[in-house]
Amino acid sequence: MAGRSEPGSWVMLSYRLPREPSTPRITIWRKLKRLGVAQIGDGVVALPADARTREQLEWIADEITEAAGSATLWLAQPTTLPAERDLATTMATARATEYTQVITTAAAAADSPAPERAATARRLRAELRRINRRDYFPPAERDLARLAVLDLTTTTADTAQATPVKEHP
Amino acid sequence: MRWATRANIHIDRAACAWLIRRHLDPDAEFVFLADPTDIPPDATPFDLRGAELGHHGGDCSFETILRHYELTDPVLWRIAEIIHEADLDDERYDAPEAPGLDIALRGLSMISTDEQTLALTGPLFEGLYEYYRRALILGREPA
Repeated sequence: MAGRSEPGSWVMLSYRLPREPSTPRITIWRKLKRLGVAQIGDGVVALPADARTREQLEWIADEITEAAGSATLWLAQPTTLPAERDLATTMATARATEYTQVITTAAAAADSPAPERAATARRLRAELRRINRRDYFPPAERDLARLAVLDLTTTTADTAQATPVKEHP
Repeated sequence: MRWATRANIHIDRAACAWLIRRHLDPDAEFVFLADPTDIPPDATPFDLRGAELGHHGGDCSFETILRHYELTDPVLWRIAEIIHEADLDDERYDAPEAPGLDIALRGLSMISTDEQTLALTGPLFEGLYEYYRRALILGREPA
């Protein structure tokens, strides 16, 4: 966003769902959370607009309608750059918290036995992929988390190599 | 028969088109709509908002078509798991193939027209079908 002269385009979903049954409410909420939406207000969420985010919110809007709720999808533009920057900062902070969790878990696993470390590395790699996918404004923690997991993977591989392996010529 | 879907197809629509040609309508003719509300009256819409053959109950359009036309072939359902994960990425299924296929198709659609993407992905899905057919018969990954 740096250097842009006017705010970008966002796809915004405004929705209502009946309080009961609660299952669709929870399903929808999980899907939105997985997409990393910015919560603008009660029943109003937004993502930077591109073909993919728009399509994903369109399907969710339909799902809300199918669950006896109501949903409208908007293409919106914050009126000022600072307003957009605030939105982006909120989203980046949310991702930073998730990356920090990955870093903490990786650090805690560093001294555990090799098999456990390898299992943690695999799990964190998957978690990192999930966070990356909903990371629209990468914070500095993104690279740190990537390195932390890489570190864990490398130490795991080093230990594995320490066991004598018969090599083919 | 004519079938209509949104332009700039990605994995779900490409796989649906392959499925339609292979199992429902060998002479299928596809229309790619720039305006998804502008459906030709003689065309069956798929992977469009509000269409019967769209996303329903957490299913992607490929799964919806399988259910709608009662296609129970387990090989097609195995492919459906991959398409679902590549399209929706909600971890309903364990489909490690999905992220790779997703990126391959994203890249392909950047350099191809929708018609070209269909022409190129047809053999790809055909090959996947053969692979998982053999895997099912063997009970393990084929060589």
